[in-house]
Amino acid sequence: MSDTLYRQLGMTNEEYGSVCDILGRTPSNPELAMYSVMWSEHCSYKSSRKHLGRFPTEAPWVVVGPGENAGVVDLGNGWLAALRIESHNHPSFVEPHQGAATGVGGILRDVFTMGARPIALWDQIRFGSLNDAHNRYLFSGVVSGIAGYGNAVGVPTVGGEVEFDDCYAGNPLVNVMCLGVLKREQLVLGTAGSAGMIAVLLGSATGRDGIGGASVLASASFNEDSGTKRPSVQVGNPFEEKKLIEACLELYERNLCVGVQDLGAAGLSCATSEPAARAGMGMDFDLDTVHVREADMTAAELLMSESQERMMAFVTPDKVTDVLAVANKWEIDASVVGTVKEGGTLRVFHEGALIAEIPAASLTENAPLLDRPSSRPEWLDDLWAMDPPPPTTDVAGDLLRLLDDPSVADPAWIYQQYDHQLFLNTAVGPGSDGSLLRIKGTTKGLAVSTDGNGRLCYLDPRNGSARLVYEAALNVALTGARGLAVVDNLNFGNPEHPYIMWQFIESIEGISLACEALGVPVVGGNVSFYNRTDDQDIHPTPIVGYLGMADPMPTHPPRLNQAEAGMELWAFGPDSENLSGSTYAKVVHQHLGGRPDGADEKMAIAVIDLAATIAEHELSPALHDISDGGIAVAISEICIQSGVGVKTKLLSAPFSEPPHRFLAVLAPERASEVAKLAEERSVPVARLGVFGGDTIELGSASVTLVDGTTTYRSAIPRRMA
Amino acid sequence: MNAAVVVFPGSNCEHDVVHALRVLGAKAELVWHRETDLSDFDGVILPGGFAHGDYLRTGAIARFSPVMKEVTRMANEGAPIIGICNGFQVLCEAGLLPGVLLENQDLKFICRPIHLRVEHSNSVLTRAASEGQVLKIPLNSYEGNYKASDEDFKAIVTNHQIIFRYAEASGEISGSSNPNGSMGAAAGIMNKAGNVAGLMPHPERATDQILGSVDGQVILESFIVSMETAGV
Repeated sequence: MSDTLYRQLGMTNEEYGSVCDILGRTPSNPELAMYSVMWSEHCSYKSSRKHLGRFPTEAPWVVVGPGENAGVVDLGNGWLAALRIESHNHPSFVEPHQGAATGVGGILRDVFTMGARPIALWDQIRFGSLNDAHNRYLFSGVVSGIAGYGNAVGVPTVGGEVEFDDCYAGNPLVNVMCLGVLKREQLVLGTAGSAGMIAVLLGSATGRDGIGGASVLASASFNEDSGTKRPSVQVGNPFEEKKLIEACLELYERNLCVGVQDLGAAGLSCATSEPAARAGMGMDFDLDTVHVREADMTAAELLMSESQERMMAFVTPDKVTDVLAVANKWEIDASVVGTVKEGGTLRVFHEGALIAEIPAASLTENAPLLDRPSSRPEWLDDLWAMDPPPPTTDVAGDLLRLLDDPSVADPAWIYQQYDHQLFLNTAVGPGSDGSLLRIKGTTKGLAVSTDGNGRLCYLDPRNGSARLVYEAALNVALTGARGLAVVDNLNFGNPEHPYIMWQFIESIEGISLACEALGVPVVGGNVSFYNRTDDQDIHPTPIVGYLGMADPMPTHPPRLNQAEAGMELWAFGPDSENLSGSTYAKVVHQHLGGRPDGADEKMAIAVIDLAATIAEHELSPALHDISDGGIAVAISEICIQSGVGVKTKLLSAPFSEPPHRFLAVLAPERASEVAKLAEERSVPVARLGVFGGDTIELGSASVTLVDGTTTYRSAIPRRMA
Repeated sequence: MNAAVVVFPGSNCEHDVVHALRVLGAKAELVWHRETDLSDFDGVILPGGFAHGDYLRTGAIARFSPVMKEVTRMANEGAPIIGICNGFQVLCEAGLLPGVLLENQDLKFICRPIHLRVEHSNSVLTRAASEGQVLKIPLNSYEGNYKASDEDFKAIVTNHQIIFRYAEASGEISGSSNPNGSMGAAAGIMNKAGNVAGLMPHPERATDQILGSVDGQVILESFIVSMETAGV
């Protein structure tokens, strides 16, 4: 019976063989269910684990590195920050609203599991073209799902990213990052503690939703039958999660538990085996005590269910009454479900019988480790030889086309549906290069930027990925903050294809090199493979989430809307005429080819330090990274946000996207001081023009402020109307 | 003077309200929704959020929370009671304010700063403000579309119960300045006595220059002053 079941559960013959070897017998169905979810790509990282060790993960301020529910870094003065990034790509394609909503719920649990109060979210979302009705459905569903869950659970969504490209039409990307803060003494780990500890399951009742989500949904490619996978998508309840957050924070504050593990992918299978394995312990666990939503669930269903809003707390016996009282106060359900035991064996009971008896650590430590073949694709050289066509001479027309591109245009349609102000921390919010949040009760501000660029990474995964790290670091520096930590979400195609593995390994190398150069560790991340529908793999799309700190936080941080007539426009950093992989090549020429500029380590560090120095000393009212659409778009964005025109000299490369360059708005009396800071760092300096009037004049090209503003602001709403 | 900030399961602006009140020099404490005795407090704030998940209908379950009996008693005795956003919806559901709040007319959540015009200064929320003053305050709601029956609305207008209206930055009331379709562009309403009032935008989010506006201070100061006056 089992030998057909394991294939339905997504296991290979070899994996089934190893389960039999570990147990010395054939597994029972519930045991097989547990191995199938825990050994899935999603939970075990079996294709990626070998390569993730490349990341630099150490720094004196790292408190918890990769491998726990979230990374934790020291902010000084007894404060810590916890951060994590996750993907919910496949669930969001099958059911956009619930898929995106439960992605938010999951990342929040990863962070408050560590003892932190989640203070902000960032969403990185990618779809096919908005000209297609199905993509509009997915886009609006994902945004409403993020809004519906994030707003109701009471954690602000303060930034993110959006991109529209045909490669995501069959496989949208929905990534989400969460940041939390905590006092050092509240830090909790996902450990079962020692023998005798009691496992208390808190939160929602367990139902049949999301069974096999990790194995069936997240770890396979899509085809036209994907709609039938809808029952594998979980349903979110932000109200339950809100109560769960408050209850858990009270448990931490009162020091009532020794360890906590959230229930996400692989549900109870994971929340029992992982904490036990981390503690070198075993556990007796009784499924009959689990509070359930539906009668007659089988043991396998109970073990695999991915019902949302659940946590497992490990508690000393004398504190169980207090824990149950806290749950009662916050009006959440709680059940005593197990006892931690010496010996490392996880024993599961159901209807009075022992139905699973396995080494707890075998679910994690013995998970398959694959060394999938990788090879550089031959077509890459042909692609590199395919330079983009030269720019047209219609700079004004091209600028308007770019401002009308939904990946470049004003994202307000999205973020005005998200509560981005709750907690009164948002000093610099969505629509900016990086977000800046104050930490009340301290002098500190935390800055975050999340960045991805599938086109660059497709053309050159190593350099493209390194450039993401530098771009995110620059965005954070533009708020006045210095780098602390990176989390990454690696979205790739089918790892069974050698060229996808090559892209993956190259991307890790690029991120690692840049992080090493900047001295910033990777403290966590996530891998999402099988982003492929039928025969189309997505572009390799790693997302970098970069955390920085400003202490003291500037009281007047730069903002895009603070340029005024009479102020000067300057650019800092080397220019480039390379259009390979640029938004311009895509929008104007529908072209993707050539070899993009590589990252320049030394220049990157100098430019990032310059930006942070300018912002720290409040020398500029507005700073802006040059990215999608090039310097012409970056200048226009400052003009549109500030409601003021500009007149610049002729720009030699208005639409190229040089990797290490930013704009600064400077009061004339400050200009020489700032230019000197740049020269001290050997950063190229250019004075471009002066603000004023009601047109955006770039050399001889001219767009009225009204036209630019209308185009920029209406690009997304017009397509979604 | 001490304000009770009521926490329903699902409330989420309670800490922000307490923070803003304390910055303005007032005392404020969180009170769980099962509390039945608020006699130590001089006023009550029902903060924003999603009380009881907003299930069934916003505020529909919260009105039955044990604390609401006590809030009603204090309201009837003339104590200052205010509701912000979800708290406004709860006050309407509880019958302490007239009208209801329905889904925004374009069926989207709205989070952005809007402008309010103060209609008069005879309420718990406008006492420290002046008539015609324009305030820039963040709005953050899905169900912010104020509606009342024709008969009720007539009475509301006659009794000058609209205390804030959505306006342009200039103070002018126009079609485009009404973000959610509210009747009469009403953003805030009081009871006849003026001691109970609610508004959809969040004054606590506009109390610090680093957040973009300090225009919310005058609204919260009005509440603080009202507590002092009522206590005399």
